[in-house]
Amino acid sequence: MNQLQNFTKGLIKENPVYILLLGLCPALGVTTSAINGLGMGLATTFVLLGSNIVVSLIKDLIPAKVRIPSFIVIIASFVTIVQLTMEAYMPDLFAALGLFIPLIVVNCLVLGRAEAFASKNTTLSSIVDALGMGLGFALALVLLGGLREILGSYSLFGHKFIPGDGMLVFVLAPGAFIGMAYLIVLFNFLKKKTS
Amino acid sequence: MDYFVIALGAILVSNIVFAQFLGICPYMGVSSKLSTAIGMAGAVMFVLTLATIVTFLIYTLVLVPFEVTFLQTIVYILVISTLVQMVEIILKKVSPGLFQALGIFLPLITTNCVILGVAILAVQNEFSLLQSVVFAVSHGLGFALAISIFASIREHLDLMDVPKSMRGAPIALIVAGILAMAFMGFAGLV
Repeated sequence: MNQLQNFTKGLIKENPVYILLLGLCPALGVTTSAINGLGMGLATTFVLLGSNIVVSLIKDLIPAKVRIPSFIVIIASFVTIVQLTMEAYMPDLFAALGLFIPLIVVNCLVLGRAEAFASKNTTLSSIVDALGMGLGFALALVLLGGLREILGSYSLFGHKFIPGDGMLVFVLAPGAFIGMAYLIVLFNFLKKKTS
Repeated sequence: MDYFVIALGAILVSNIVFAQFLGICPYMGVSSKLSTAIGMAGAVMFVLTLATIVTFLIYTLVLVPFEVTFLQTIVYILVISTLVQMVEIILKKVSPGLFQALGIFLPLITTNCVILGVAILAVQNEFSLLQSVVFAVSHGLGFALAISIFASIREHLDLMDVPKSMRGAPIALIVAGILAMAFMGFAGLV
């Protein structure tokens, strides 16, 4: 597999949220608007990139038996970096994402890539993999956040284009589940088309 | 705060699955049969209560006095994963029956965001130890309620004629959305 395929596989063919069904909790929880989705997507990408680099660098030093706890500590360290940086420089976004920032630690996507990819591949491939998967995750969150924002408050990235209140149900919890259901159908269709 | 209000709020009003979007992975993953769903719910309730007590004690007795509360995330996840391992070993020795019932679900629980989420929320809400226990138990009950309703519906859904593109995850999410709508009816109860 060349690096370009390695990078683009996360966008549609192996999209972490819509095809692999990983990281559903943050995908449903923070996507009340496109900007929140983007913030969460980029935060997760940063953690994924950091943990993939470190895991691929020290993969030969970690004994196989304690590799999962070691991965979790590495991931938790990067999550703490994101948490403190965001709290200091982006307090509004931090407040909007709330509990889901510390919960990046238990996002199955991050641990999954560390275990399935970074612990078996070179650092360069791991970086490309992390960027592809992270951007695929961010794309998924922006799509769902955008859909919910457009239908729920007739705006996108905070710009209102139709006056009025929108369909409130899409901003509330049920809209997240229903919006995601239709996006899964769309991505399955796209996957079939491209392969 | 009244214990009853905490319990009712956690089970119905801000249900962990339908209102807070935590624990979606096990909720989607092990809900195809009612019996396994109940097993999972039992394991979650057990570990959740235990983990909340232990993390609460560590937070108030270690992290706060030494002023290292910024290490919360790292310490909590380590404590939870160790705790799950310990519970597994102890159950195997002490109660093989319970281990048989919960065994396969225990390793999955480490990366279940319900446990870490509720442990962090209990500290954020500045609960006392007893309040945290009530908070944890009722969140566990809320999870059990959500996953058992969902599993019973999914058992019926298998027999339905669902459009081909909607089969599997999409129709399950639509069902979850409608259930979430139903649970919104509890808003304003407490």
